[in-house]
Amino acid sequence: MFGLDKKDTTMLLVVAIMALFAPFILNPFPADSAMAQFNAGYPDLMQRFVIFGIFAIGFNILFGLTGYLSFGHAAFLGVGSYSAVWMFKLLSMNVIPAILLSVVMAGLFALLIGFVSLRRSGIYFSILTLAFAQMSFNLAYSVLTPITNGETGLQLTLNDPRVLGVSQTADGSIPVTSLFGLEMRSTYEMHLGPWLFQFNAGYYLSALIMLASFYLAIRIFRSPFGMMLRAVKSNQQRMNYTGLNTRPYTLAAFVISGMYAGLAGGLMASMDPLAGAERMQWTASGEVVLMTILGGAGTLIGPVVGAGFIKYFENIFSKINDNVLHQWFAFMPDGLEDAMVFIVHPFIGKGWHLTLGILFMLVVIFLPGGLVEGGQKIAAWVRKKRNKGSDDTTTKTEPAE
Amino acid sequence: MDAILLQILNGLDKGSAYALIALGLTLIFGTLGVVNFAHGALFMIGAFCSVTVQRILTLSFETVDESQKDFLGNPLKVKTPYVESWFGPETGAAIIDWSVPIAILFAIPVMLAVGYIMERGLIKHFYKRPHADQILVTFGLAIVLQEVVKYFYGANPIPTGAPDVFKGSFDFGVMLGFEANAIIYPYWRLVYFGFAALIIGGVFSFLQFTTFGMVVRAGMADRETVGLLGINIDRRFTIMFGIAAAVAGLAGVMYAPINSPNYHMGMDFLVLSFVVVVVGGMGSLPGAVLAGFLLGILESFASMNEVKSLIPGIDQIIIYLVAILILLTRPRGLMGRKGVMEE
Repeated sequence: MFGLDKKDTTMLLVVAIMALFAPFILNPFPADSAMAQFNAGYPDLMQRFVIFGIFAIGFNILFGLTGYLSFGHAAFLGVGSYSAVWMFKLLSMNVIPAILLSVVMAGLFALLIGFVSLRRSGIYFSILTLAFAQMSFNLAYSVLTPITNGETGLQLTLNDPRVLGVSQTADGSIPVTSLFGLEMRSTYEMHLGPWLFQFNAGYYLSALIMLASFYLAIRIFRSPFGMMLRAVKSNQQRMNYTGLNTRPYTLAAFVISGMYAGLAGGLMASMDPLAGAERMQWTASGEVVLMTILGGAGTLIGPVVGAGFIKYFENIFSKINDNVLHQWFAFMPDGLEDAMVFIVHPFIGKGWHLTLGILFMLVVIFLPGGLVEGGQKIAAWVRKKRNKGSDDTTTKTEPAE
Repeated sequence: MDAILLQILNGLDKGSAYALIALGLTLIFGTLGVVNFAHGALFMIGAFCSVTVQRILTLSFETVDESQKDFLGNPLKVKTPYVESWFGPETGAAIIDWSVPIAILFAIPVMLAVGYIMERGLIKHFYKRPHADQILVTFGLAIVLQEVVKYFYGANPIPTGAPDVFKGSFDFGVMLGFEANAIIYPYWRLVYFGFAALIIGGVFSFLQFTTFGMVVRAGMADRETVGLLGINIDRRFTIMFGIAAAVAGLAGVMYAPINSPNYHMGMDFLVLSFVVVVVGGMGSLPGAVLAGFLLGILESFASMNEVKSLIPGIDQIIIYLVAILILLTRPRGLMGRKGVMEE
């Protein structure tokens, strides 16, 4: 289907089903039960899942295929966000032109940065992209204040022109972002017994775009172009010696992944029309690196898994507090209960980043292929155990795609 | 003329910090070939060594002083630090006052140990892995160290004062024959510069004039041959890692009075010191020091009002701009050896 082989079609379908039924899947616990805090099926978080999924998929096209580790991808996300908000200010509250402009602007910006940075490889490339991103961040904070509104961040106001729309609605408030009249924030709530499911227009738009970009990523991975990028990763020097100029290919990959980041930024602004410079800071670039590596760089599904994983735990883990822990360990004797809470305490709530850091280190050390590789290893191990009785041929693990 | 001199002086203290961190980074890269993204965290740990020592020294016990009454007529509770009761009030107060310099003594063994454990426990396993993996794992380590410090010390900056003698500024201009108040310079920054110069001199003479240093330099040039001569080069490189960590830590200890330590100060410095290393030349020790001071001074020149009105925002980006220019025109950096990490 769609020019994909059977395996890829299955994967795309699984992702599509997961994305479309996410409001159900992510809300397994009744709304007023004690476990309700583990529900992730509210619009804000679901939007973040798919948007950061797009960001990570794009980053993976560069890092996973070519091996160029960029530490400045947040700059493109920021550029995307700013362009989208400007479109809302000047043109109309429709998200389509905003998203288009953010993709184009991020692409142009990536072309500029990529053209310079890709002259170097390895660690120099990382530092160059880092330097460019920090430069953009500093500029957005200081001199470019007329465009970026500095520390406050760019917001919509009542006296923006909005040529194709209205400056303010009839009741004098700022209009909301919409897709041809369908408001992004509109949510349909479905009560099903004790369960509450929320279907948000903005989420479904983002999910559809995510599926489209995922499909595009699969096509890129399977194309001759993707093969060329992999060749660059395995041995660029040899490619050059055969008389092939690799730079147009790497530059194309860089621009594509920059456009993905711009798309994510534009979507982020469409869901919540404000943009701040902190989106461009290098810690934000570090976050997408974490997502991609954690999920599995170079695999198709890995970045999506990583983005979902980090965003889920960021929201859920940081909400667990000592009271919840006491409930969990209530079955233990009192002394032991307090001891357990004491041990676990640094890793939850505000200490979530500590957990993330440790997890990330463990993944880099023991599982260079990320969680996806971990899953494959477990699957292979289970298969091996099951087959042991009948025949002793070791099943070969599928190489990470 | 005095304005130029003032900017040079202003650049020196930041430049010293850059130079010290970059020196440590280069030591690690030059010896072990590892790109250490956790080096900023080592700087931060150093700064928190000052905080810790200050806290230990000001540990106090409470006594009820019958002679003093508060406004309700109850006897006042007075806190007396242990050091003051042990060494007498005057010596005790002096010890507390000098807590930052005392922290140096505390920081050296701590940082050596941290560096040693880090190398043996983690970095050792990453020699054969690609640079990207080294960057990633040390980046993770930096997050972990940062969060651990945040857990124990909180997220707010902790003011850590310099000794009273060095508080305040002095009029540098008068000494050189300019008008009064033309060049005002805080004492502590001068101390910091002197301290940095001392450390840098120490590291260089250690490498240049001791047998250990000679072996390390030989190992940097050709690790395999040195190994074949029957010298345990790995062990020496591990010690060098500890020394590099100590250099970063000491830079942090002394930086605490200039900038109150907070848990993310390491990350802020890390990005800049990487840029410094690249400008100086990957693996070149004199290059790192030179570039550190050069960029520090350049940064303070760019923040002059005259320059800022000419090119707005230049003070924010000058360092990155220089780095980009250098990388594109002379990738081995100012003093890098030809062929080292040039591609």
